[in-house]
Amino acid sequence: MKIFIFPPTSLILSDLVERFGHDPLAMMKVVRERVTGPSLDSPPINVTPNDVKDGLKYVAVEVPSGVRGRLALMAPLVEKADAAIMVKNADYTFGCVGCARTNEYLRYFVKRRRIPYIELEYPYTEEEAKEFVISIKNFLSNLENKNG
Amino acid sequence: MDEIKIALLSCGAEYSGVYPEIEKAINKFNAKIIHPFVETSDIDDAVEEIGMDVASPDLRLMAAKAKSLVEKNADADAVFICTCFRCAEGALMRNEVRRYIAERSNIPIISYSFTERTTAATLYTRMEALTTTARRKALLAIKKQEGLTAGIDSGSTTTKAVVMQDNEIIGHGWVPTTQVIESASKAFSLALEEAGIKQNEIEAFGATGYGRLLIGENMHPNFVQEEITVNSKGAAFLADKQEGMATVIDIGGMDNKAISMMNGIPGSFTMGGICAGASGRFLEIASRRLGVSIEELGPLALKGDYRNVEMNSYCIVFGIQSLVNMLSQGAEPADVASAACHSVSEQIFEQQLQEIDIKEPVIMVGGCSLISGLVKIMEDLLRVKIIVPKDSQYIGAVGASLLASGFRR
Repeated sequence: MKIFIFPPTSLILSDLVERFGHDPLAMMKVVRERVTGPSLDSPPINVTPNDVKDGLKYVAVEVPSGVRGRLALMAPLVEKADAAIMVKNADYTFGCVGCARTNEYLRYFVKRRRIPYIELEYPYTEEEAKEFVISIKNFLSNLENKNG
Repeated sequence: MDEIKIALLSCGAEYSGVYPEIEKAINKFNAKIIHPFVETSDIDDAVEEIGMDVASPDLRLMAAKAKSLVEKNADADAVFICTCFRCAEGALMRNEVRRYIAERSNIPIISYSFTERTTAATLYTRMEALTTTARRKALLAIKKQEGLTAGIDSGSTTTKAVVMQDNEIIGHGWVPTTQVIESASKAFSLALEEAGIKQNEIEAFGATGYGRLLIGENMHPNFVQEEITVNSKGAAFLADKQEGMATVIDIGGMDNKAISMMNGIPGSFTMGGICAGASGRFLEIASRRLGVSIEELGPLALKGDYRNVEMNSYCIVFGIQSLVNMLSQGAEPADVASAACHSVSEQIFEQQLQEIDIKEPVIMVGGCSLISGLVKIMEDLLRVKIIVPKDSQYIGAVGASLLASGFRR
């Protein structure tokens, strides 16, 4: 199943989802496609003003361009997703979108789509980390059971 | 020309498609972008030190970069701070980061809020001002005019010139702009004539304004400079506010500038020029419709009350039509004059002044500063007393003449 991860830049979450046999929907792939494509019109991540207009599919023109540009990249991942794993109050090194408003919208967008999701607090101790991984494993297993 | 290193402190630029535009504008003035190095472990400490605990990680990173800069971990000559337009959190942090750096270093800073439509061209004047401030610190430190110098301000509507000697203006020239060089020569001649000086006696002269580059090629002034830097120096000199913070509002015939400055050097600023309804041209047309000269419009507006006139638009076409309709319905000319001044002031207030820090003293300059009704309404909107210095319409020419002191033979 296609699993949207939040933060969408989290390598750890992406790896966990993959290990448990699912397809993570993460930013890394989106950016890789952009920067390895035939043209690089707008370095560093090739978001052009036209992409920012694509963000209007999700939010109004009065929303800052940086939010619309991020949503143009990230919101389609939510649209493709069968389920989502979202981590709250994560450390910067865990993954980061950069903009709090975009974070708020993406979490809201997942809930509005009414797909199965799990929201977890970022673990700061070894015990919490174990619990964190078990929760993700159980969530993904339950998805398989429901669909299997 | 030495290469200038500009530290870029931004949030959202790479996701708005404007990063290449910023880079292009910076490179045009022989400058390059640098990114102050920070560790992720530094971020929360920096936010704590600045004291503005924002939620967005990129704005928190901006705080860490600012701290790295003031602790001299990054070799930067200037700073460009930018965030998305209409982001409240970004605007708050941009301002506080600017204040934090300004209080702890003497690195010149310019801040800006961009949209996806921001192009390199819209940033050129800002980058020219920023790189000039970094390159010409000694020149911009000049506070007193010395010797015999002159300045020419080639504006879109009028061309102004002054001759100065030993910190005093001794000659003025003001002509409508037709052909740039012809108008500049005429204004210069008028100023020389009033001063009783021959051109070859002038020790140095500078040019500013929209026609400055053409003047640079044809009249060979000692320096050519954009009007943000020059007008800041001119305003600080004319209003005798050379130390500390101040705000300059320059309403010209075609475009406006609002500059927040520190010690006569621009910090942040906005430039208008998109809508003629917020320019002196609107007032020129309004005065023509009222059958008074532009000089009479201000005193007439002071006698009226804009609240008695219904205006449905700021537009130079539809707004003027509203005024004409009101006159045909028997409105008092004084009320209509006041409404015209209110329309221009309110539009500048809403579209330009909200993007900069309004710090007192507020100094109003440019041709429209002579329209007393406009100044009064702007005072009411800002709730501050506005200073209109003597010779305020010669702001650019005075700034150019003052800075020309640094180029005397």
